[in-house]
Amino acid sequence: MVDWTDFERSTILDIFSKMDYDTVGPKSLARCLVVYPWTQRYFGNFGNLYNAAAIMGNPMVAAHGKVVLHGLDRALKNMDDIRGTYAELSVLHSEKLHVDPDNFRLLADCLTIVVAAQMGAAFTADVQAAFQKFLAVVVSSLGRQYH
Amino acid sequence: MSLTAKDKSTVKAFWAKIASKADAVGGDALSRLLVVYPQTKTYFSHWSDITPGSAPVMKHGRTIMGGVATAVGVIDDLIGGLLTLSELHAFKLRIDPANFKLLSHCLLVEFAIMFPAEFTPEVHVSMDKFFAALGLALAEKYR
Repeated sequence: MVDWTDFERSTILDIFSKMDYDTVGPKSLARCLVVYPWTQRYFGNFGNLYNAAAIMGNPMVAAHGKVVLHGLDRALKNMDDIRGTYAELSVLHSEKLHVDPDNFRLLADCLTIVVAAQMGAAFTADVQAAFQKFLAVVVSSLGRQYH
Repeated sequence: MSLTAKDKSTVKAFWAKIASKADAVGGDALSRLLVVYPQTKTYFSHWSDITPGSAPVMKHGRTIMGGVATAVGVIDDLIGGLLTLSELHAFKLRIDPANFKLLSHCLLVEFAIMFPAEFTPEVHVSMDKFFAALGLALAEKYR
């Protein structure tokens, strides 16, 4: 169980309520595949990932970026039990998808950068701290069921 | 993950674009570090004021960015070119090198905020690699 201050709770919900999922999702996943190219190992059937331009224009990357970002919706609806909420997804990523949980952290960092670019000066240090705390809980929960 | 020729030219080109705002970037990034990663405040217990944007913080941000500018200038030999700075960090400042990654992250966030159009994924990867190499060079003399 994580303790959220009123500021953290309202900040996190506010960011996501105003977020353009169709832009942020694709941009975050594409950035992750460019900045941390080894993450491409999970997307062998996504076609052309040969260079940054190809990755950023790849429709399968874009579609998957939206899926992943919407995956955060459950955590937003259950902020007081993110660990329980993600138990099943954690098992899926471990047993079926075989994703190294360190990748969750890499994607979270890219999401932070994309959101910072979207929000500009409104992405203050306090807002960043709240946002990163939320993502850290998500990342930890997704890695929880690995064994 | 050493810097390719493309990384070096990308870093130099991006640095040229942001150089005029470097002081603000440094001060804001340091302010951000102290709030987002409160454990970093342990290194500044001797300062009167570590609130974001305060005079000591902004001044130190300028100092740090001066170091980054030096590093850009010696990008072909970071370890050799930053020996003095490494000795400073190893023997006098003794900052845990894990913190270099935290500051790098805050600098990247500042770039995204202040230069959203220029801070493309390609620039991001080169700057991330550069900061990682810079961190290694700074830690060179630690042990």
